[in-house]
Amino acid sequence: MHKNKLVLATLLIAFVSVVSCRPKGSGSVVSGNAASKAYVAPGKYDEFYNFVSGGFSGQLSVYGLPSGRLLRVIPVFSVDPEKGWGYSEETKPMLNTSHGFVPWDDLHHVEMSMTNGVADGKWAFVNGNNTPRLARVDLRTFRTAEILELPNSGGNHSSPFGTENSEYIVAGTRFSVPEDGNSDVPIESYKESFKGHISFVSVDKESGEMNIAFQLKTPGVNFDLARAGKGKSHGWFFFSCYNTELANTLLEVNASKKDKDFIMAVNWKKAEEYVKAGKGKKQTVRYAHNKFDEHTHTGTSEIKKEVTVLDVSEFPDIVYFIPCPKSPHGCDVDPTGEYIVGSGKLAALLPVFSYDKIQKAIADKSFEEEKYAGIPVIKYEAALYGEVEKPGLGPLHTEFDANGNAYTSFFVSSEVVKWNIKDLKVLDRQPTYYSVGHLMVPGGNTKNPLGKYLVAYNKITKDRYLPTGPELSQSAQLYDISGDKMELILDFPTIGEPHYAQAVAADLIKDKQLKIFDINDNKHPYKTNGEAEAKVVREGNKVHVYITTIRSHLTPDNIEGVKLGDEVYFHVTNLEQDWDVPHGFAIKGANNGELLIMPGETITLKWVPDRIGIFPFYCTDFCSALHQEMSGYLRVSPAGSNVPLKFWLGEKSAAQ
Amino acid sequence: MKKSLFALSLMMVTLLIGACGGGSGSESGNSGEKSVARQDPSSYDPTRGEGKFDESNITAGPLDKAMAEQGKGISATKCNSCHKMSDERLVGPGWKGVTERRTLHWLMNFITNPDPMIDKDPEVQAQLELCLVRMPNQNMKDDEARSVVEFMRQNDGVQ
Repeated sequence: MHKNKLVLATLLIAFVSVVSCRPKGSGSVVSGNAASKAYVAPGKYDEFYNFVSGGFSGQLSVYGLPSGRLLRVIPVFSVDPEKGWGYSEETKPMLNTSHGFVPWDDLHHVEMSMTNGVADGKWAFVNGNNTPRLARVDLRTFRTAEILELPNSGGNHSSPFGTENSEYIVAGTRFSVPEDGNSDVPIESYKESFKGHISFVSVDKESGEMNIAFQLKTPGVNFDLARAGKGKSHGWFFFSCYNTELANTLLEVNASKKDKDFIMAVNWKKAEEYVKAGKGKKQTVRYAHNKFDEHTHTGTSEIKKEVTVLDVSEFPDIVYFIPCPKSPHGCDVDPTGEYIVGSGKLAALLPVFSYDKIQKAIADKSFEEEKYAGIPVIKYEAALYGEVEKPGLGPLHTEFDANGNAYTSFFVSSEVVKWNIKDLKVLDRQPTYYSVGHLMVPGGNTKNPLGKYLVAYNKITKDRYLPTGPELSQSAQLYDISGDKMELILDFPTIGEPHYAQAVAADLIKDKQLKIFDINDNKHPYKTNGEAEAKVVREGNKVHVYITTIRSHLTPDNIEGVKLGDEVYFHVTNLEQDWDVPHGFAIKGANNGELLIMPGETITLKWVPDRIGIFPFYCTDFCSALHQEMSGYLRVSPAGSNVPLKFWLGEKSAAQ
Repeated sequence: MKKSLFALSLMMVTLLIGACGGGSGSESGNSGEKSVARQDPSSYDPTRGEGKFDESNITAGPLDKAMAEQGKGISATKCNSCHKMSDERLVGPGWKGVTERRTLHWLMNFITNPDPMIDKDPEVQAQLELCLVRMPNQNMKDDEARSVVEFMRQNDGVQ
C-alpha cells in the first residue's frame, strides 16, 4: 500500500512539472518539483552570482544561484595557505594593521558597488568586525584589492553599507570605545568616556580607492546595522542602535531594559557640507591602508595618522534619533526610499517609518521633551508609518521585491515572512531550518529588486545534513518567491557563518572576468622575463631565485650554493598566457604556505632553510601530463662552506 | 517494482524537460588538458590549419630584420621555455627548419589558435603523442605572432 502511494505521489509530481515546462513568463509558478527549479545542468551556468559572507572564516564565498554550487572562496581578512594569501611576500602587507600583522577576522556583510541605486558589478565591499576594517574586492579578478583599517572603533559591524552611487561606504562601531590615544580609563566611566564613531569612507569612482572622508562622533551606543536612503531619501543614512542604556556589563540584561532604543537618522549631505567648510576637527590616530597593485602584483601598507571628526552634538542638524522598539537590529529602506523598516530583535511587532513623516517631524520640531545626549529625539508616532502586527518572533532583517512586498527574517520563530509594505498585512510565512539570521533577495536592497529568489542564511543546522561530529557546516536555504507563496527549493551548506550576502545577475560580471595577467604588463621588480633571464643572485645572506614556470618545468630546477643562515626568496614568474593554467610552488620544510601563480604573475615565497641537505621543490597544481616531472632540487650547505652558487636546467648549466 | 521504475523514468523525463527552460547561455571552455571534446576533423585543411590566416593575408618577402628582432624578444618570454632554436626537442619540437616544413599562415594559425588545431591536425596529434604537452595558447596579438614567425625565418637562414 505504502509503496503504491509513493509511486502515485512521484507520478503526480512528474506530471505537475511536465505541465510547468512552458516558455518563460507564462508558466504556473507553483510546482511540486523543487529539484528542477534549483537544477543547473552540468556545463550550464547559474543565473546569479551570490556573494556570501564567510563569517568567522574571514573570507568571502561565492555561490551560484539557483544551484547553490560553491564557485569560489575569496580570501579577504584571513590567511589562506591554499592561495598563498598572507603567506607570499606580496600579500603579507594586505593584512597589516596598526596592531601589526593580523591573520584573521570576522567578515559580516557584503555590499555591491552601486550606480544610480543598483549594483554596477565593479566591486564588493565587506567588513571585518574584530579588528575594525573594510575591504574592497575587485570583481574582475575576484581578489581583495584594498583593506582599510578604521580608527576610533571597537568592532566594525554597522558596515559596509553604501549610498546609491557608492559615494560613501559606512563603518559604524558596534562596541563603543574611548577615542584612540585617550583610552586608559576605568571601564566604569563608560557613560562619560566611551563614544561611538561612524566612518564615512569615500570611494573613487574610477579606481575604487577608499579613504576615510570623515567620522561622526556620537553618544556611546552600539551601532548594529545601517542602510542609506535612496531616491527621495538619498542624502540620508539610517543606523540601528542598541544599548542606549549605555551598559558596560551583562549587556544581555542591562542593554535590554528600555522599551525603545533608536534608529539614528543622519543627514550625511549636511555633514559633508560642514566638513567641506572646515568644521571638522583633525585627530591624530593610527590606521593601516593597504592596496594591491595589479601590475606590480604587490601589496603595500601605509600607516595613516590623521582623521577628520565631527562631534554630532555640536551640530544641530546632522543627527536625529527615532525611537524603535527593543534593540533594533535590521534597519532596511524599501526600493522607493520612503519606508524604513526597523527590526526590534526582542519586539513582537515591526515598525515601519516614513521618510516624509520624518522630514515633517524635523520641520515641525515634533521632538520628545528630553534630548538624548544632546541629540533631538523625534516622537515615535510622528515618524511612524505603521506597524506590522504579530509578524513573528525576533525580527532581524528585511529585503524587498519589485512588487511592493517585504520579506523579514525571524530568528526566534525560525521563519521568513512576506508582507505588503503599503497595507502592512502578512501574506505568507515559511519555516526555515533553523533560526534564520540574514536573508537576501537578489537586488533586494536596491532601487530595482530582481526578485525571483530568496536565500535564508541560517544560524543553526542540526539535522539538515549527514552529521559530522559536534561541528556542522552552517546552512543556507533557497526559496522561489516568484509566486504568491514562497517555496523552499534547496538547502546548501556554507563556509564559516554566513551573515549578509548579495546576489547579482551573472551577466553583470561574467564577461568582465580577467583570464590572464598580460606578462608584458608585469611590472614586478623580480619578474623573470623568459627563461634566459632565470638566475640566482646572492646579496649578503639573502638569496634571490628568479625562477619561471611553464608546462612542465621550473627554470632553474637545480640550485646549489645556498648556505645555512641564508634567507631564500623564490620569485616565481608563471610564463603561461593561457586561462586556467596556474602553477603552484612549494619546497620541503617551508614554514609557509604554497604559492599559486596565475599566468603572467610573479609571486615570492620566503624560505629559511633550517638544516643542511637536499630540498626538493615542485609544482603543486596539476598542470599537464608531465606535472609529476615538474620539480627540482636545492642543496643547502653549512654556513661558511665554499660550494659555489650554481643553478641550471638540463644541460644549459650556468655558473654565477 | 515495475510501477516505481515507470515513475522513475517519468521523473527523468521531467528533469530533461525541466532543463529546457532553465539554461542560461554557456560556452564550454575548450583550452588546456582538461578538454575532452574532439571535433569532427573532416572539414580541416592540414596545409592551412584553422584560424584567420591564409595566403592572402600572410605573405613573405625578404627578411624584415627589425621584426625578427622583436620576435626574438617575444620568443624569449613566451616560447623558448619549450622550443629550442636547433632541431632538438625540449618540451616541444626545435624550431630549426620549421618554416620549411610549414606554411607561414599555418604557423600563424597554430600560434594564435592552437587548441582547435591540436584537436584536428593529424600531424599535431602525432606530435602530441611524443610530447604529451599541448602547446599553450600564449595569447599573442597578431603582430606579435607575425614577429615570431619572422624570427623563425631568420633562424632558418632567410635573408
